[in-house]
Amino acid sequence: MRGHGVSWGRLPGAAQQLLPVRSRHEALPDLPSMLPWGNGRSYGDSCRNDGGVLLDSGALDRYIAFDPATGVIDVEAGVLLSAIIDLALPNGWFLSVTPGTRAVTVGGAIANDVHGKNHHRAGSFGHHVLGFELLRSDGTVLPCSPTENPEWFAATIGGLGLTGLIRRARLQLKRVAGPWLRGDSQRFGSLAEYIAIAAASERDWEYTVAWLDCSAAGRRLGRGIFMRANHVPSPAAGAAPPAPGGSLRLPFTPPLSAVNGLSLRLFNTLYFHRPAAAARDALWHYRPYFYPLDAIGDWNRMYGPQGFYQYQCVVPQADAERVLTEMLQRIAASGLGSFLVVLKTFGEHAARGLLSFPRPGVTLAVDFPNRGERTLALLDALDALTRSAGGAVYPAKDARMSAAAFQQYFPQWQAFARHVDPKFTSSFWRRVTGSTTQ
Amino acid sequence: MRRILIMGATSAIAEATAREFAARGAALFLVGRNADRLAAIADDLRLRGAVQVDTHLMDARELSRYPQLVDAATQCLGGLDTALIAHGTLSDQPAAQASIEVLLDELQVNALSHMALCTELGNRFEAQGHGCIAVISSVAGDRGRQSNYVYGAAKAAVSAFTSGLRQRLHSKGVHVLTIKPGFVDTPMTAAFRKGPLWATPATVGKAIVGAIQRGTPVLYTPWFWWPIMQIIRNIPETIFRRLKL
Repeated sequence: MRGHGVSWGRLPGAAQQLLPVRSRHEALPDLPSMLPWGNGRSYGDSCRNDGGVLLDSGALDRYIAFDPATGVIDVEAGVLLSAIIDLALPNGWFLSVTPGTRAVTVGGAIANDVHGKNHHRAGSFGHHVLGFELLRSDGTVLPCSPTENPEWFAATIGGLGLTGLIRRARLQLKRVAGPWLRGDSQRFGSLAEYIAIAAASERDWEYTVAWLDCSAAGRRLGRGIFMRANHVPSPAAGAAPPAPGGSLRLPFTPPLSAVNGLSLRLFNTLYFHRPAAAARDALWHYRPYFYPLDAIGDWNRMYGPQGFYQYQCVVPQADAERVLTEMLQRIAASGLGSFLVVLKTFGEHAARGLLSFPRPGVTLAVDFPNRGERTLALLDALDALTRSAGGAVYPAKDARMSAAAFQQYFPQWQAFARHVDPKFTSSFWRRVTGSTTQ
Repeated sequence: MRRILIMGATSAIAEATAREFAARGAALFLVGRNADRLAAIADDLRLRGAVQVDTHLMDARELSRYPQLVDAATQCLGGLDTALIAHGTLSDQPAAQASIEVLLDELQVNALSHMALCTELGNRFEAQGHGCIAVISSVAGDRGRQSNYVYGAAKAAVSAFTSGLRQRLHSKGVHVLTIKPGFVDTPMTAAFRKGPLWATPATVGKAIVGAIQRGTPVLYTPWFWWPIMQIIRNIPETIFRRLKL
């Protein structure tokens, strides 16, 4: 089943009506309030349209063309990134940029201008989009690329699905030697140490990311594990670990969140001290490397029936140590954090989208089980820090930022708003623009 | 290499099944009414590994054109071993109750056309001494219910017809497969509320390919529809007539 309009954070809310888009050759329905729906991996309400309809693009899942000589692939917008890998990797091509799950659609990847562990090298997903076709509710079809309808191209990349329905897209893939990556892991003891390792690794390592122990306080605050890797040719048979097989799935939602103060400290401490956290030479298959959580289907259920929030912000490099330290102190003091805390230093590439999130600085992503007002108060405190540092919060992860915060984070929002389709809207968009109409 | 005719190739179940065959390097002849959608599916199937994909425009109501259709498929693919008959509509029960014209059209699209194509294919496969005819019927054909008995009657006819054809052709080396999907999440059923009994077209497509390869006579898909339908079939009419199904 396809999720029924519940977003990835599973925050309580009514299920929504999904209206399937059957083919890329059909017109949009004549409805007053629509929002494209990809695979529902946005965490908050940017993929919800309470009181309106979600246009389910799941049936737009056809390949259109693929050139194994140039690595250019043309697909319908509902194609999952996993399907692109399935077709391209045996021919020596991989996604130029991939987020931490391959269960997102191409349309969703464009609409959120998603990023990955190679942002410092490759920029975000939008940098590798050669073009796409945008269907507006009045029936207009706009072919968009950096040179054709460039203003619509810039509005739609990172445009949260609000500018119209992306029906198909052409992407430039990148050459790889095979499915393997080689690299290392190392522990760090503080944020200052993280920032130094990240800076020193940028030149020689394509993929860099760090996991952070958000339960650590005092002297241990800011400790974590730094991981870096490059694509490498397939090792000789027998030298490689076996490629990962099937996957597990969380078959039900536990009645309470399985993530609490005790399980958190236990997990984080064990994870930090496990031997693989200091592997000097590691070989990874791309699946566990890029998509560890895809191996546990419906992992988001572990937060229980109340769901969870994810907070992802970026703060400028100059202030990163100070601001992130203060954030980590607040999170550790609250006891509300989670297993999944990620740090990444973005590169200097200017994003292509008017509403793109990635920008130079250090980005922090933390999950928080939904404990109502306590959680919201903590997130507001984090927002105050992000705002004072001149940073931004990622709309794809958000379910609660204020309109004032959004408008500060995305100063081009009014230029963007002129491109919003009059019949397209989302719960997120109404919230952050203070609009009450649907 | 399997050479396959697919009638109703733009249906979600047919497309999912075609993808399974494409991944196994089959040659496909796709029949449908919408040229754009057929072409999009054909491009996709080629990239998924089909060695050959041809498309053919036709309305399933044109029963007299079936011999030409089978000729065209055989010629294009250089022979024919398998056919999947997957076209159909989900009848508008209230409309078919109110109008004999609608009723007859539903039976034409969902039953007579299947029988006509089965007859044509059955005779050809009998003559060549091998082949597989896979026909999509439905669990709805196992018992008439007030909510959709016109569709159910058409599918019951298809189930009975293919059962007889299977007996006739079994000794001739021809496999006839009756497919009875339960609730499948497709554009045809978009208006329904989905519960745990609903399956995806991909699940059903995999099951169909497996049943074709194994020579299964009747496929309930997903499998749990077999026990469910055994119960529903065995409820006495004196009770059944009072139920709201």
